[in-house]
Amino acid sequence: MANFLEQTVNGLVNGGFYAMLALGLAVIFGMLKVVNFAHGAFYMLGAFGAYLCLRELGLSFWWALPLVPVVLGVLGMGLERAVIHRLTRLDPLYNFLLTFGLTLILQDLVKWRYGVSANPYEVPAALRGTLRAGSFEFPAYRVFVFGFAVLACAAVWWLLTRTRIGMVVRAATERPELTGALGIDVARWTTPVFGFGVALAGLAGVLAAPMQAVNPLMGADLIIVVFAVVVIGGLGSILGSVATGFGVGIAVAWAQAYAPPVVAQVLVFVVMAAVLLWRPAGLFGREETPA
Amino acid sequence: MLRVDRLSAGYGEATVLRDVSLQVAAGEVVTLCGRNGAGKTTLLRAIMGLHRQVQGRIELLGTDLGRLPPHRRARLGLGWVPDDRGAYATLSVAESLTLPPVVGPEPWPLARVYEVFPALYARRGAAANTLSGGEQQMLALARVLRMGARLLLCDEPTEGLSPLLVGQIGTILREARTHGVTVLLVEQNLHFATTVADRHYVLAEGRIVEALDNDDVQAREHELLSYLGI
Repeated sequence: MANFLEQTVNGLVNGGFYAMLALGLAVIFGMLKVVNFAHGAFYMLGAFGAYLCLRELGLSFWWALPLVPVVLGVLGMGLERAVIHRLTRLDPLYNFLLTFGLTLILQDLVKWRYGVSANPYEVPAALRGTLRAGSFEFPAYRVFVFGFAVLACAAVWWLLTRTRIGMVVRAATERPELTGALGIDVARWTTPVFGFGVALAGLAGVLAAPMQAVNPLMGADLIIVVFAVVVIGGLGSILGSVATGFGVGIAVAWAQAYAPPVVAQVLVFVVMAAVLLWRPAGLFGREETPA
Repeated sequence: MLRVDRLSAGYGEATVLRDVSLQVAAGEVVTLCGRNGAGKTTLLRAIMGLHRQVQGRIELLGTDLGRLPPHRRARLGLGWVPDDRGAYATLSVAESLTLPPVVGPEPWPLARVYEVFPALYARRGAAANTLSGGEQQMLALARVLRMGARLLLCDEPTEGLSPLLVGQIGTILREARTHGVTVLLVEQNLHFATTVADRHYVLAEGRIVEALDNDDVQAREHELLSYLGI
């Protein structure tokens, strides 16, 4: 029982990362119709940002937590203006080439400057202990990460469903041409939305820094699972990304605890293949309606 | 209000509109009739700026629309009522009404919209695409009236609606008109057209072949019906 709870909490923590990353991908895809293969690189830059804040500037985790996502969001907006926005009129193949190319450039820039070895980053002092619930003990930092991920997802949900900005983003995501004809400048919103998605990836990266070895390839491994999450949930579906992110996190954690190792490794991709056969638009996705 | 001068439009190599010229004066209701494929929807889309492969000149209130994108045209006072009614799945009825910016001097306040369209008030929290076809059409009209649009571009608002609902659409268009709203209407239903409109243009194979008033339409109804292929 203790093991089960522990695995569930671990699954929820990993699921939080999947959810935050998938959410950013979904928001970006919805608005720009761009699949951002560089998302894992921005996550890695988030973790590196936290590491560099501490090493170069002496800024603690608590400073990095708001600062790094904002800086990365601005970087993302710059990239959208410089290159990403050109993708809208091009064949989707260019989408893949450009964003995958960006990944390689960002990874190699970091490798070139800081090498491939892992850089340790300490858990902030206030979160070093464990939390007790009855006879169970959980690392405080993991509980914090889970709570923070839930809050971040809830905040994005609130922003999208309860504010005028969210309303415009929803309208532009669903029917860009109609929304333009109703007087909304859809193009004006693509840059901030891309920056926002990148900032979310950066936030996940900062949160990951104390849990994982900070290294240039940390995003490349994770993003493959996140893309599976996005496909299962439905590309562009907000609710689908979050629910599937947490769901996959838990399912993988249980598989790791109770099944042969190979099951945990292939589980996500088997589920993805099954969903693609059964519901190609994803569990939460809507079928494309021809315009 | 609107002046279209020698407008041609096409898709790739195919020409859909040839040298179309027409005018709509402020406060008029004008219909575009014609068979399917005559170019009516393409003409409305070209005026809205949604169809980009065009030659010729379109002026709204004396402003050359040139290459302006659709959202700029909407802000000059064009109200878009698309043929599929444009009901969002991810926006509620109330959100759909407040989504567009206010662009004209006489926007309908939300309270007035709900007074005229009680069905929309009753379902204001529902997703817009869950409304019935008639309610979705009311929403599409209410949405542009709340914007204060000065020239409504309506693409077959009566298509697929019951006679009762068609009558209601007519009432709303006439009421909008008394408040100075101008309407350019794609319409297949000749009888309905004569009850709301002053003048009619008949499109065939991308050209305007007739410009008629209501008396002409009544006198030549049989001939026109054969034109429309009905």
